[in-house]
Amino acid sequence: MILRLAFASLRARIVTVGMTVLAIALSVGLFLGVEKVRTGAQASFADTISGTDLIVGARSGSVQLLLYSVFRIGNATNNVTWESYLDIARRPEVDWIVPISLGDSHRQFRVMGTTPAFFEHYRYRGDRALAFESGGGLDDLYDAVIGADVAATLGYAVGDPIVVSHGLASFTDHDEQPFRVAGIVGKTGTPVDRTVIVGLEAITAIHVDWQSGAQRPGEPTPVERIRQMDLTPDAVTAALIGTQSRLQIFGLQRWINEYPEEPLLAVLPGVALQELWAIVGIAETALIAVSAMVVLTALIGMTGMIFSSLNERRREMAIWRAMGARPATILGLLVLEAVLMAALGALLGFALVYAALAVGRPVVDAAFGLWLPLDPPTWRDAAVLAVVIGAAALAALLPALRAYRLSLADGMMVRI
Amino acid sequence: MEDAALALRNVAFSWRGPHPFSLDVAAFSLARGESVLLLGESGSGKSTLLSLICGIVAAGAGQVAVCGTDLAMLRPGARDRLRAERIGVIFQQFNLLPYASVADNILLPLRFAPDRRARAGDAGGEARRLCAALGLPPGVAAARAGTLSVGQQQRVAVARALIGAPPLIVADEPTSALDATAQASFLDLLFAQVAKTRSALLMVSHDDRLGKRFDRVIHMDDLVTAGRVPA
Repeated sequence: MILRLAFASLRARIVTVGMTVLAIALSVGLFLGVEKVRTGAQASFADTISGTDLIVGARSGSVQLLLYSVFRIGNATNNVTWESYLDIARRPEVDWIVPISLGDSHRQFRVMGTTPAFFEHYRYRGDRALAFESGGGLDDLYDAVIGADVAATLGYAVGDPIVVSHGLASFTDHDEQPFRVAGIVGKTGTPVDRTVIVGLEAITAIHVDWQSGAQRPGEPTPVERIRQMDLTPDAVTAALIGTQSRLQIFGLQRWINEYPEEPLLAVLPGVALQELWAIVGIAETALIAVSAMVVLTALIGMTGMIFSSLNERRREMAIWRAMGARPATILGLLVLEAVLMAALGALLGFALVYAALAVGRPVVDAAFGLWLPLDPPTWRDAAVLAVVIGAAALAALLPALRAYRLSLADGMMVRI
Repeated sequence: MEDAALALRNVAFSWRGPHPFSLDVAAFSLARGESVLLLGESGSGKSTLLSLICGIVAAGAGQVAVCGTDLAMLRPGARDRLRAERIGVIFQQFNLLPYASVADNILLPLRFAPDRRARAGDAGGEARRLCAALGLPPGVAAARAGTLSVGQQQRVAVARALIGAPPLIVADEPTSALDATAQASFLDLLFAQVAKTRSALLMVSHDDRLGKRFDRVIHMDDLVTAGRVPA
């Protein structure tokens, strides 16, 4: 009966109560939304590269290796010589190995030299392989495959010419050896979207006339002659490795890390990604903190609403008292109302988030390559709900205690 | 001998605060089934006296006994329970929770008084019976109390005070919000129902024309010594 009366009381003040519930719903929705985007981003981030057991590069830090080899951020301090690469490739544990050669750029995008095996073995978001939106893979020496962002930003279509620049942010173009867009990879939400992929030999080819980072003076070597040359590179930047069996990963990693001919580093992409996320994660903590503040603000608003309603409800409290209600019952009534409002608001917030997820998920995936999981509510979500309701009950204690004191002082004789 | 519905003896109450005052009652008693009109202007200490009787405030000295139970012997929670069990209260106006249904308003005191609820038997049916007996339209029980006219609300308040037949009904100027004809019919209904439940009725009013309906009429000035305490 008390619950029914509390509901009736809330319904009678539908406008103010509705606004308060809406504020709580939006704040809880924001909090949960940030939470979903955060977990989605973390999952997408962790899914940037999968199916690769080890990444090998020159010895540096594991985060640095991950940054330049996978995210194409920053530069390699050193290269891996082709001899070392072949030594690794010949190890019995190695199932496949894909070399990566970085260092050149096209406009604001990095150029990556690799072998067609890259398209075969690179996996993201679980077990997804790269798929061509249009065109195909690398057939000719001067074929280039571009990511979705590259195509969208620069407006390229299959068949368009591309000139690779030497180095990053450089004024020197390899304009004597233009490439042709052979294929465009569909949106993946990974750094592949922002990469121009060319053949490993092509990287050697465009540097035929270069020595120690400078163009050799004189006539450039004609393209016909270059096509006849042996274009095996001297070195690569990094390599992705798949092992025969997962059990061999650590053995192979140790072998590479202890490789005597050259200081090398092999990292497990999952571990390095986690290390990197721990750094990036500070931003997410800030986001969570801000949305928690918003929830707090909504609860303070609710407390203020209850406070301001107390005066006009003194008569009502007196009736309760006259009917035999203890002051504690009045306190409980106000807390109950707050809990009802918070529960209603929080549930509405849940509904909002899930509705928004259901509608906006494909859009977000297409626009940002961010795959938001539409999982059933987790225990964590339930905990958020419980905390919001608990906080509401605590916040309502302030006005409820005031009502308690008022009802003790007024008794049942309020003159209005 | 049956205990009186209400008995006050040597009651002394003083209120400390910004406007201190004191109130003393030498002796007053109300037998079961008796009806008494307490006449007094506002400011004569009526509200304080009613609060004392209902156990909302405690007397500093003396005895306030409802059906033989001395309120001073009870803890605050037990006083609230006793009020719910033994006393039906009718205010001047704004008696009801406007957002609740008429039925919920009538049943509200039973929520805090298990014995009274047991006495009422089928509480819902009893509430409907009282509504009908008090001349309220059929089907009113489901209506929201706030939608009723003032006269109807006062009758609902009577039904609420009478449900479960508490031995004492305390009414604080219940007719002051009604016009003359409504007053008369309201009192007719009130007296008829109080007679049926054999409850004692203590009504406070400033209107001495109501006096002839009551067993006794007492002036506040004769009953209490109220005074301002020098600060």
